[in-house]
Amino acid sequence: MPARILIALLAALVLVAPAYAKRETLKVVVAEPYIEMHTGPGRGYPVFHVADRGAQIEVLKRRTDWFEVRTDRGVTGWVRDAQLAQTLQTSGEPLVISDPGWDDFASRRWETSLSLGDFDGASSISLTGAWRMSANLSVELLAAQLSGDYSDGWMAGLRLVHTPFPDWRISPYLLLGTGVLTISPRASLVSTEDRTDQYGQAGLGLRAYLTRRFMFRAEYTGDIVFTSRDDNEEVEEWKAGFAFFF
Amino acid sequence: MESRIRVFLLRLALLGMAAAGAAGCASKSLDREAEADQARPVIDPQVERRDVSRPKVDTEDFEVGGYIGFLSIEDFGSNTVYGARLAYHITEGLFAEATLGQSDAGKTSYEILSGSSAPLLTSDEREFRYYDFSLGYNLLPGEVFIGSNHAFNSALYLLVGAGSTRFAGDDYFTFTYGAGYRVLALDWLALHFDVRDHMFDIDITGEDKSTHNIEFTLGATVFF
Repeated sequence: MPARILIALLAALVLVAPAYAKRETLKVVVAEPYIEMHTGPGRGYPVFHVADRGAQIEVLKRRTDWFEVRTDRGVTGWVRDAQLAQTLQTSGEPLVISDPGWDDFASRRWETSLSLGDFDGASSISLTGAWRMSANLSVELLAAQLSGDYSDGWMAGLRLVHTPFPDWRISPYLLLGTGVLTISPRASLVSTEDRTDQYGQAGLGLRAYLTRRFMFRAEYTGDIVFTSRDDNEEVEEWKAGFAFFF
Repeated sequence: MESRIRVFLLRLALLGMAAAGAAGCASKSLDREAEADQARPVIDPQVERRDVSRPKVDTEDFEVGGYIGFLSIEDFGSNTVYGARLAYHITEGLFAEATLGQSDAGKTSYEILSGSSAPLLTSDEREFRYYDFSLGYNLLPGEVFIGSNHAFNSALYLLVGAGSTRFAGDDYFTFTYGAGYRVLALDWLALHFDVRDHMFDIDITGEDKSTHNIEFTLGATVFF
């Protein structure tokens, strides 16, 4: 049975591959006196060819800020985005290269972040995924791994994040959350049992829009762990990291 | 003679009538044309919209692949390590990378000397698994020349990151740093040679210590 699935997949791939290969490429016409072609996608790579005004070039692919192009003479090289933006499309319109920017940031729907921090003395690595319901409010899922000197653990939770000033480039946010926390003592210690408890948290954070799809995030939260013992445990937590939206 | 004149006049009258009729028709058709002209605006806004489907340019900022090599686990010997890597190129210099790897620890010299009577770890605990997230920078981009006809783009990059390591039954917060060399064998295929240190604190040998676990790997990645 797996062999059959494999054959079916291969057949699908064979059928799809030519369609993929035949995809139409973007063709532009050089409008400036010339356009410089570099040997690689980076500023240090030497210019080895120039395409003159009126030459038609085919845009093959993009890697970060660089575009791989092929001239009508068959020379392939890399062109910086700013230079390619000065070419014209075959219809005569100028070529518009769109990069995600502030407008996309303001209208973002999904956001994901990765941060490092401290959870009551233990190191933490957290991953979040958020869905923005409105300009101010978003729901966020969190998973974190904690490693301390005497124990390590996991956290998984749901948070409600409120951003009072979404138009600010550096904007504070408030959060409320809850979830479960599992702590297991180090194997080298005289073993006590793993504990899984519910926690509630409230916190304050800062989100700064950096560039394109990227943001910097830092936050401080106060957590209350509802233990099965007599006292609830209070934990302070801070973290900082990068986020990107899509 | 009189009848001739009469016939002539009659013909004239007939011609006149015919001409008048024709003129009437002509004026009517002219009127219609004028009407049609009035109905048709000077500039016709109903230009047929051209169907412009701008072909999308394929963006290749992601890199995915695997690697294999040696990992020297402090106190536990050197062993084969293999893993997977996913990278996202943010700018021409900066990239973010996630790696996931696995190795099996050997025996400490104490275990070897004392025979197999006192193993420190069970075979499950000897599994060394890690994940980490790093930021990398293409410090020295360049080209490699092979013969006089082949040039390959390359880069020497630095990496700094953090992650977690599962070893000896526990998870350890791990700092990683290292350097790598990438050569683009093809436009979309890169070969990597990486050296990395996975650094974490462990007390498995009875004292708290910071361990350095150096890893040498060879890998291949595909841009997509």
